[in-house]
Amino acid sequence: MAAEYRINVGFMPLFDSAILVAAKEIGFALREGIDLTLNRETSWANIRDRIAIGHFDLAHMLGPMPIACNLGLTPLASDTVVPFSLGLGGNCVTVSNAVWAGMAAHGAQPDLDPARAGKALGALIRERANGGGDPLRFAVVHPHSGHNYELRYWLAACGIDPSREIEIVIVPPPFMADALAAGRIDGYCVGEPWNSAAVVAGTGHIATVKAAIWKTSPEKVVGVRKAWAEREPDALSALLRALHHAARWCQDPANRGELAALMAQPAFLGLAPALQMPILSGHLALGGGAELSVGDFFLPFDKAANFPWKSHALWFYTQMVRWGHVAHTPENLAIARDCYRPDLYRSALKPLGVALPGANAKVEGALKAATPVGSAGASLVLGPDGFFDGQIFDPDEIDAYIAGQKLARAEV
Amino acid sequence: MIRKSLTVLVIDENHIRASIIEAGLREAGHQQVTVIHDVAGIARRIAEIEPDVIVIDLENPNRDMLENMFQLSRVVKRPIAMFVDRSDQASIEAAVEAGVSAYVVDGLRQERVKPILDMAISRFNAFSRMARELEEARSELESRKVIDRAKGILMKSRGLSEDAAYTLLRRTAMNQNRKIAEIAQSLVTAAGLLDPEES
Repeated sequence: MAAEYRINVGFMPLFDSAILVAAKEIGFALREGIDLTLNRETSWANIRDRIAIGHFDLAHMLGPMPIACNLGLTPLASDTVVPFSLGLGGNCVTVSNAVWAGMAAHGAQPDLDPARAGKALGALIRERANGGGDPLRFAVVHPHSGHNYELRYWLAACGIDPSREIEIVIVPPPFMADALAAGRIDGYCVGEPWNSAAVVAGTGHIATVKAAIWKTSPEKVVGVRKAWAEREPDALSALLRALHHAARWCQDPANRGELAALMAQPAFLGLAPALQMPILSGHLALGGGAELSVGDFFLPFDKAANFPWKSHALWFYTQMVRWGHVAHTPENLAIARDCYRPDLYRSALKPLGVALPGANAKVEGALKAATPVGSAGASLVLGPDGFFDGQIFDPDEIDAYIAGQKLARAEV
Repeated sequence: MIRKSLTVLVIDENHIRASIIEAGLREAGHQQVTVIHDVAGIARRIAEIEPDVIVIDLENPNRDMLENMFQLSRVVKRPIAMFVDRSDQASIEAAVEAGVSAYVVDGLRQERVKPILDMAISRFNAFSRMARELEEARSELESRKVIDRAKGILMKSRGLSEDAAYTLLRRTAMNQNRKIAEIAQSLVTAAGLLDPEES
């Protein structure tokens, strides 16, 4: 079949580009009449630049990145919409062996419990400060990233001021494990396989995971140049259907071996297939011989993982405000609210008769267990979606949530 | 009016390309040019050099780190922003296509920076062209070597003259609509399989 649409996509070598890769390589895109070209990039800045000048129609992006673009926080920003999410979870916080030993001396256990690990890290940080040591240096991949915001959320909730008591720097994902091994950083928050890479090398220890800090929480998304989305609605709908089928294929445990081998290829991650398995199985080696299975560690499809919840975008917005990236104004709030587009997701997938959430936003942290929800024609299970500190984010009560965060920080 | 000459920092892991840019900048009269290949400790270097313009290749994976540093770091005293002239979209496209980007200190006039960016774009393009030509020359040399070996095999096994061996290769390539080098490679491979001494 001759392709009806040609679509140019940018991606970064991270496991959560898997849905885009599978759409191309397993043939889901072609089945929808799309000739998909995947372009591997070396920085999020390059992705932003090439989206802005039209080299890419859409790209693998950090969840907060399109919001930051639309808010004008980055150069060469172009209006970007998010019609599809590339999965939930998938990140870890990894620390050096020395930091882990220090945390363990203060009660940390290899159980990934964010509260216990955070308490131990806080005690270690204060011990160092009293001894006149330099603050610990943690790395994230980008200031406007889920990694930065979840790391800061975790630290702040454990009584650590991430703006003063530690230093946060930016390191590209593939360099994280090396920077940790060389002692240039003491810890980092990044997506897989770059945590398991440090564990396998014997230079790092996974302290906690995104899936424990905030269960079923948003990570990467498909960011689409708004002008392209408006000009090519049929191509976009066809692509979203292809991505839906690709995501279902990625979630199926029967395909894990094939997906790991595919992502291991030099054109994608270029790392051994064995390193791709922890994210797929949720069974993590933590370092020092400890292992643990994490429920819902990474979900490429289940639990409405691809639905672009406005409450996810709005939570990212509250964190941008919290850490001084943007001022909270009605105009900025409106920009953040309009960035994620569940309407585009719904209209593309409606012909498939698949389960679709009935609402555009949800109260994050309200579901304590997996919960079947009513939806159009088919069954859908959501959650649990709790924050580890028991906080609830109600997108209808944004002012109160932002005010509460400021108080929490002031008490630190 | 004599204006203070601009201080330019070039960040490029490719040593040859960095030299080409540096030479271009010096020819254009910029005497204060620093080249850095490795971004380790870059914050300190930027604090020392205090560049007015930073030119960086787009393949460098540290762009996110640099942009964050330009915005936030206390080490970098003067705010640095990406060079974006909204009136000149074509120039931005040319830069991205050439694989280069520029950052400038706040308040620097666009017309002082644009010639530097334009020079970087043309030098980046010249470097790509040179690298492509080098690759073509290398592959041409490889082709010639394999054709010579195939001719040798034909001369030995079929008792042909060199000209006749070449004519046979060329005719076969034409008949099969393939390149002579491809036919030659097939022949060399086949001869190697049939008689390990030949390869």
